[in-house]
Amino acid sequence: MSAPDTTVETATDEAVRRREDSAVLRIGEDDGERLEAEAGTSDTSMVMNMGPQHPSTHGVLRLMLEMEGETVMRSKPVIGYLHTGMEKTAETLTYLQGPTNVTRMDYASPLFSELAFSMATEALLGLELPPRATWIRMLMCELNRISSHLLFQATNGMDIGAVSMMIYGWREREEALRLLETITGLRMNHNYIRPGGVAADLPDGWRDEVLTLIDTLPARLNEFDTLLTGQPIYRERLQGVGVINTAECLALGVTGPILRSTGYVWDLRRDMPYLAYDQVEFDVVVGTYGDCFDRYAIRLNEIRESIRILAQILDQMPSGDYRVQDKKVTPPPRARIDESMEALIHHFKIFTEGFKVPAGEVYAAVESPRGELGCYMVSDGSAVPYRMHIRGPSFVNLQTLPHLMQGGMVADAVAIISSVDPIMGEVDR
Amino acid sequence: MIVGVPLPGPTVFGLDPLYTGGVGLAEVLITLFKVGVAFALLMVAVMLMIWFERKVISDMQNRIGPNLAGPFGILQTLADGIKLFFKEDLIPEKSDRLVFKLAPYLSLVPAFLVFAVVPVGGNFSGGNGRVSLFGHETFLQVADPPVGILLVLAMSSVAVYGVMLAGWSSGSKYPLLASVRASAQMVSYEAALGLSLAAVLLKSGSLSTNQIVSEQSVWNWNLWVTWVVPMVIFLIAATAELNRPPFDLVEAEQELVGGFHTEYSSIRFALFYLAEFMNMITMSAIVVTLFLGGPNGPDFTSVGWLSGVLWFFVKLMLFLFFFVWLRATLPRFRYDQLMDLGWKLLIPLSLGWLLVLASYDVAGDRGWNRAAAVIVALAIMAALASLLALALRAARQRRELDPQGEFV
Repeated sequence: MSAPDTTVETATDEAVRRREDSAVLRIGEDDGERLEAEAGTSDTSMVMNMGPQHPSTHGVLRLMLEMEGETVMRSKPVIGYLHTGMEKTAETLTYLQGPTNVTRMDYASPLFSELAFSMATEALLGLELPPRATWIRMLMCELNRISSHLLFQATNGMDIGAVSMMIYGWREREEALRLLETITGLRMNHNYIRPGGVAADLPDGWRDEVLTLIDTLPARLNEFDTLLTGQPIYRERLQGVGVINTAECLALGVTGPILRSTGYVWDLRRDMPYLAYDQVEFDVVVGTYGDCFDRYAIRLNEIRESIRILAQILDQMPSGDYRVQDKKVTPPPRARIDESMEALIHHFKIFTEGFKVPAGEVYAAVESPRGELGCYMVSDGSAVPYRMHIRGPSFVNLQTLPHLMQGGMVADAVAIISSVDPIMGEVDR
Repeated sequence: MIVGVPLPGPTVFGLDPLYTGGVGLAEVLITLFKVGVAFALLMVAVMLMIWFERKVISDMQNRIGPNLAGPFGILQTLADGIKLFFKEDLIPEKSDRLVFKLAPYLSLVPAFLVFAVVPVGGNFSGGNGRVSLFGHETFLQVADPPVGILLVLAMSSVAVYGVMLAGWSSGSKYPLLASVRASAQMVSYEAALGLSLAAVLLKSGSLSTNQIVSEQSVWNWNLWVTWVVPMVIFLIAATAELNRPPFDLVEAEQELVGGFHTEYSSIRFALFYLAEFMNMITMSAIVVTLFLGGPNGPDFTSVGWLSGVLWFFVKLMLFLFFFVWLRATLPRFRYDQLMDLGWKLLIPLSLGWLLVLASYDVAGDRGWNRAAAVIVALAIMAALASLLALALRAARQRRELDPQGEFV
């Protein structure tokens, strides 16, 4: 009896497979060196590892690049270096603890994960939020969008080689973060948006601080324009680099600034309004060419749109309660616990076993700075989710990398990673 | 007393009046003194330059920068140097050990040697650059070989080897890419560098740095004698030659991690770092010498040589600041864009400019109408440039029609 067919693929077969007309490098994660050694010196290409330790792979993204000289022929993104099992962890945390978990996914725009999680929970509970809670959420999200896009401006400039831009972007982002800290108490991982509303009402003087920010920021953005937008080297480096079209974007499930850069108008805030986005006026910024420069310009202008929204929020912020008055969901105020037995019991129950959520499943999506951030939640009627999944836009957008990079140079690859703007915490979850 | 031995013909020390009476102990000692001073000067200058760059960039980026070691953090470089000296010296297993160890010196030594031919002072308004040192007449430069400028070019070519071999011998992919970039970039820009330099040589008629500076005394600077353009080209090419932003592809951190010195650590890394800044200083000194009249300038001190040194320093700082400013402002070129700029713009332009200058001079010699000669030369250049542009366009179209190169 002959042994089962365990033919190991030979180097030549694999070499042929690598030559497939595809942007994706289809080899194992540790096969690069072996294949090169077997292919010998006649093969002019080499497989280069970029990351997970590399200055411009935005965290722990690893790319395997098949290169001929400086030209990237095929590439393969390798992820998972930041995997911490957050989605699984969510199954052991109550709905009130949930935001602490999801806020750590997209650490550059944490409030959006909290919002998606809270919206999903509220949909299962069938809660109707008081208007002030809705508007506070909107305020916080737009502030967070500004800080996230400013971070992009900083890292994008840095990756193209304009090192000063990094500091300028961070300087502006710091202002936004300071404001977030004033309101939530933390610079990141806020755990501020929770099922049933937000954690605390806006502090005294918040209006002035937001006003200061939206007064100073536009001038700074114009400085960015002066430094980079009109810069010939900068334009040369970004225009026509990493081009993608609408059909490809839709096929790959890409959303956010990458999809909009192709000219496709798709913004959940406008097309599937949530919170109170149908009551504010703003433009959805789209590009034309689908290249890195369009993505840069879109993000820069989205900051301006967010400032517009913030101004309207300042005018329209309603008064009232910042969280829903449902005793089963909302913890009682501290003072009530000393007076009321029921309040004490509610407090105890909510913080020990949590509140029960009716069985069912739901998907809630928000427009994060990176695209559609969705939360799919299944409840079996207990106090913890049966299953929680986050559709991270960074993860989906990362699929475009091989297609964007094909035929470009190493320098382009860096610009492309930057323009996709992935946050690895959200990719790996 | 030792009697001076006459030097046979023009030597590496060239036209220095120090050696006209033969070489004795005093001459040897004075030469050694000058070498020592030049070495110390350069080392201190590098130390201060690194500090200066960090401080200026910090200012431009709203940061504070080094401020702890010594007053205003001025000793930061020294502290860094000491730290690097005591760090573990790693040599990668796959490296070519000998070349790996040799490379840092290959980039450091040329930087020193180039500085030797730069006149850092001297009274050029009447004294032909001579100063009196311990009772002997001499130049304020270590050596004035008759081939001074050729030495500069040769040394900057040798420096390419340092970078190239460092990348190649590391036995690692990022440095290898950097080394390929380095050799291509520096060789290409050497051409533009040399051609723009030729305009200066055409006007001054000498390769000796002392002569070139003397020719520019006091306000007859090559900057306007050669009509500005050669200096602009030289400056761009020099920036590329130095691997300074926006041409710092060789050590593009965002792309190639550390570039050619990714695998270097400890004192070997420090040597590259030193060499980079030393090259920056010497290259700025060369620009000052060639185009801005070196130490030339109105004498405002009573001490003869001091004014020259001060003028030289001021002009040097101008360029050093310029390099720092570039780094704080500009994004980096891509490899192909860099090559395009070098081959398609700088080289034709500097060549054309050289010919226009030459036609102007020839017209002067022959007694022709100079303006007419220049206009004719410009017309010919324009015709050639349009031919070149047509050729480039045709090549591009052919590439687009036949991307695989099958029907050539």
